[in-house]
Amino acid sequence: MAEMSMGQALNTALTLAMQGDDRVFLAGEGVGVSIHQDPNMPTHGLLEKFGPQRIKDTPVSEAAIAGLAVGASVMGLRPVVEIMFFPFITLASDMLVNHAGKLRYLSGGKSSFPLTVRVKAGIGFGAGCQHSHNLEAWIAHSPGLKLVWPSTPHDAKGLLLSAIFDPDPVIMVEDMMLYWMKGEVPEGDYRIPIGQARLVAEGTDCTVVAYGAALYTALKGVKALAAEGITCDIIDLRSLVPLDKACLLSSVRKTGRLVVVHEANRFCGYGAELAAIAAEEAFRDLKGPIQRVAAPQIPVPGSPPQEQFYKPSAESVAAAIRAAIRG
Amino acid sequence: MALQPIPADMQQHLLAQMVLIRRFEEKIINLCQKEGCLPGMQILAVGQEAVAVGIVAALEPNDIIVSNHRSHGHLLARGANPDALMAEIMGKVSGVGHGKAGTLHLSVPEVNALMTSTVVGAGPPMAAGAAFAQQYCATGGVTAVFFGDGAAAEGSVHEAMNLASLWKLPLLFVCENNCWAGAQKPSQHCSTQDISKRGEAYDMPGVRVDGNDVEQVYDLARRMIAHCRSGQGPALIEAKTYRMRGHGEKDRQHYVDKSEIEYWAKLCPVARYRQKLLSGGVISETQLLKMERQAIERVEAAVAFAEKSAYPPPESALSDVWTAPENA
Ligand SMILES: Cc1ncc(C[n+]2csc(CCOP(=O)(O)OP(=O)(O)O)c2C)c(N)n1
Ligand SMILES: [Mg+2]
Repeated sequence: MAEMSMGQALNTALTLAMQGDDRVFLAGEGVGVSIHQDPNMPTHGLLEKFGPQRIKDTPVSEAAIAGLAVGASVMGLRPVVEIMFFPFITLASDMLVNHAGKLRYLSGGKSSFPLTVRVKAGIGFGAGCQHSHNLEAWIAHSPGLKLVWPSTPHDAKGLLLSAIFDPDPVIMVEDMMLYWMKGEVPEGDYRIPIGQARLVAEGTDCTVVAYGAALYTALKGVKALAAEGITCDIIDLRSLVPLDKACLLSSVRKTGRLVVVHEANRFCGYGAELAAIAAEEAFRDLKGPIQRVAAPQIPVPGSPPQEQFYKPSAESVAAAIRAAIRG
Repeated sequence: MALQPIPADMQQHLLAQMVLIRRFEEKIINLCQKEGCLPGMQILAVGQEAVAVGIVAALEPNDIIVSNHRSHGHLLARGANPDALMAEIMGKVSGVGHGKAGTLHLSVPEVNALMTSTVVGAGPPMAAGAAFAQQYCATGGVTAVFFGDGAAAEGSVHEAMNLASLWKLPLLFVCENNCWAGAQKPSQHCSTQDISKRGEAYDMPGVRVDGNDVEQVYDLARRMIAHCRSGQGPALIEAKTYRMRGHGEKDRQHYVDKSEIEYWAKLCPVARYRQKLLSGGVISETQLLKMERQAIERVEAAVAFAEKSAYPPPESALSDVWTAPENA
């Protein structure tokens, strides 16, 4: 075990994958030479380690970056490409949604597309709505794409390694605010299975589900309720597609209540799917209304007080849990 | 081609605008040192003033500009109110977007700067739409869209060029080649080292100009805009210039050769033009001092205005998504 930041953990995963398998290469805007000179950036120092044949700085061309991953992966390579900020995935979306996610199906299962797309996400750095916009629901809604989102350095490394060596397309979202967050990370190659959630804390009154940076908002919200004698199961999904339904449902069946937390917009957000699954499959066990803690249906505003308003808070998590319990 | 003579009052105007833009952005550099004063990332066009000023000076008031993440110069040249720009940059309610935009997507409809996007390459297709509307409504107007050398690699830019040429839209493509896209230089991100040649591919005039020479830019812009306005279709200007401050204010430019920055510093468009007008007798030392003082005072007034403005109330984040029913 070693203490390192999430950015370093991701960097370690990329290094291990590249050392162990020549088919792995990286491409993206500034993955080699970057304006940032920070060891907590996941691709820091990799150009020096692996050279320009395998660490490809690309033009500002998201469609070509995603297309490169699609075409190179069907040829047997293991591309790991980067989309600089989540909203720019819209420029890559044809290649991802219509091609990465569909071509295997269209081939009758004959072709494989083992590609990884790393996407930087986050709210709270004052850049506004064209840099901050969590679009996980778009991806989750598109068949054929897997979607993972780590919240700790430990999971970041293990999930990225799983993504790279998964036989199918995996989108990995990285909350930039967590790049500097430190945690214990095991040495060497280990994998966090895609599709396996993590029970972060156990309680009796409510199930709280979150992923990525929103997990920390959820944790804070739950902690604030300890004084009121309320305890919760807290689930860090880690993998949004495929979803660990068993983990979700067994907890909801136990507590009888569900609160979902994410930083994306509420309407048609990923949380709506979780709520629907719980309502469909654990209806009889529910003791109170399912609650969603999410952003209002607006773009991320630029001004700090407005941006703060946008972002789900620990207080809103606590209020939602109380509302779920009150019924 | 010899430059068309430029009247002295226009020359003074060109210089005054460049000085204002430079002072405005230098103030931002300054405010970056002040903890918590400026939210987000500050992306400046120091060194590129001649492109903004030369192009915009050749436009008519009803023409449209479309800008990108490096917009301060374009907007100030277009006559945007510095108070409302500075307030937006500080995230204040009195800003051009009432705080919604911040520095990266400043649009100012009041001066026909209708659309600004920080999504690289997004400007040209929208600009084609504006130019189409101008053609459709026979306004006689032209649209000018600013984009970078990096943006020239986005598919959206190519689609817009093809469409604009096919439909003979009154659209001026202005590629500000500032020698960098993030940490990549054109030799690392662009298939050609002469982006103006792309004009030929889309059957429109494409001309490269010294983007640090405001008169050259202005002269070429006038000719190209006349072409666009005449119904002959779009045109492409590649203005060769330099991004003196790096990508953004946090960029320490560790990947840039120091000698390159020194080289371009000597070609500073503002200093060059100041010198030219002085030695040509177009402007006196006294007039120059007055011009500088006025620019500084204007910027200080903008900062004072922005600083005393309030932040928007948090719940105001909910407004402006759609037209309010009473205005529909
Ligand atoms: C679609 C998209 N991809 C990536 C980015 C991140 N980004 C912001 S500016 C920039 C470089 C753009 O270079 P250029 O077009 O030359 O403009 P400059 O910054 O030099 O003015 C990049 C990659 C973005 N904003 N939008
Ligand atoms: Mg550039």
